[in-house]
Amino acid sequence: MTPDVVVTGLGATTPLGGDIPSTWDAVLAGVSGARPFDPAWVERYALPVTFAATVAVSPAEVLERPALRKMDPAAQYAVVAAREAWAHAGSPQVPSERLGAAVSSGIGGICTTLNAWDTLLNKGARRVLPMTVPMMMPNAPVAYVSLEFGARAGAHALVSACASGAEAIGHGMQMIRSGHADVVLVGGTEAAIHPLPIAGFAASRTLSLRNDDPARASRPYDVDRDGFVIGEGAAVLVLESAEHAAARGAQVYARLAGVGTSADAFHLTSPDPSGQGQVRAVRQSLCDGGLSTRDVVHVNAHATSTTVGDMIEARSIREALGDDADQVALSATKSMTGHLLGGAGALETVLTVLALHHRTAPPTINVDTPEPDLDLDLVGGTPRPLPAGPVAAVNNSFGFGGHNVALALTSA
Amino acid sequence: MENTEAAVLAGLAEIVNEETGLPADSITADKSFMDDLDIDSLSMMTIVSIAEEKFEVSIPDEEVKNLPTVGQAVSFIVKARA
Repeated sequence: MTPDVVVTGLGATTPLGGDIPSTWDAVLAGVSGARPFDPAWVERYALPVTFAATVAVSPAEVLERPALRKMDPAAQYAVVAAREAWAHAGSPQVPSERLGAAVSSGIGGICTTLNAWDTLLNKGARRVLPMTVPMMMPNAPVAYVSLEFGARAGAHALVSACASGAEAIGHGMQMIRSGHADVVLVGGTEAAIHPLPIAGFAASRTLSLRNDDPARASRPYDVDRDGFVIGEGAAVLVLESAEHAAARGAQVYARLAGVGTSADAFHLTSPDPSGQGQVRAVRQSLCDGGLSTRDVVHVNAHATSTTVGDMIEARSIREALGDDADQVALSATKSMTGHLLGGAGALETVLTVLALHHRTAPPTINVDTPEPDLDLDLVGGTPRPLPAGPVAAVNNSFGFGGHNVALALTSA
Repeated sequence: MENTEAAVLAGLAEIVNEETGLPADSITADKSFMDDLDIDSLSMMTIVSIAEEKFEVSIPDEEVKNLPTVGQAVSFIVKARA
């Protein structure tokens, strides 16, 4: 029989807090993690965007100094989040060969890459440090997680841009279902707040330019939205076979019931306006989890606050769930956290687990005037209670490249 | 920086401390980088690169294997700077 997969531990370091409790408190309070970044960048490079959702707590305050030097910030965030998740799960006793890791980054160690390039330009090859390559590689975060916890069942870093974190969670789930592992640390991380990626995203006209009011810039579904707010950080979950969790008496926060994936094969960066790939991913996640649209009471949308993407997703959710979408409390938590790119799918899955556990759908802030065509019940600026009894929720994640990932979760 | 064994040792100990987290006062002339300080080859090459920049000397790769201890590295650097 295919094992059931449950969530027994959560960890995160985000623009809202250095751990899960502070992040969740800030989410419930509707706080924005967006803030101005180093003004010298703006001046030196004439950046059109002057703010980002930077991490609330620097890993330098948490990690040991020599370890810090050998990790790109993307790996640092992943290790901070993984340590919290592992402790939260009660540091499960599991043989190394039965413990896996799947932690993705959308971009990899880009700050390391760019800093090393500066060194090469200014000082020559002899000054480029030997840790440059192992720090820039996109699998470094999961490699460090694997090292730290002795995860020998496999360490994977699936890359699909802003769907990477969700893709990693889906993969970790399959490792347990296939009998390959009993426990898997899964998640996503990103650390791309650097002038180059900001210039690149700004060039593609996908970033919000609301420089005069960063906290109000990320506003999914609001008629005045003008792009996403780049964020950074990581989130990690401990997935475990239900049997393994029960045997050790672990607290279960939610069940990861199903995963749905699809690809648009439409355009490299624009989502398919028909939303058919997204619809298939959502339906597949429910089917995979043995769920019906009637079970779904909450959706944490990908909703990045871009003009085009938000409404395509809103229509695809309506199409996938039909009339049952009427009973769904829709949350767009990027309004608070900003867009963590490869970390987004993992952070939003964590928030979906917490929503189910606390029976509370997170708010969506900054929506002064919702899109008139939004045919869904958006949770506004204050959290909303979710119904008691067995319920399901869906977390959507999409990425440049046409990647669609939906994860279906149910209450414990 | 003064080109004395003591000054170079202090400077090198600082680099090794940054790289490994070992207390600077434990990094003494008699210590072997690999055997006593447990420094792997990647860390060793990091220390070499940073030391080259800090002391404005060249430490060729083929020399590094002839400098297994902190004291030998210090002597090499002092001589190279003279």
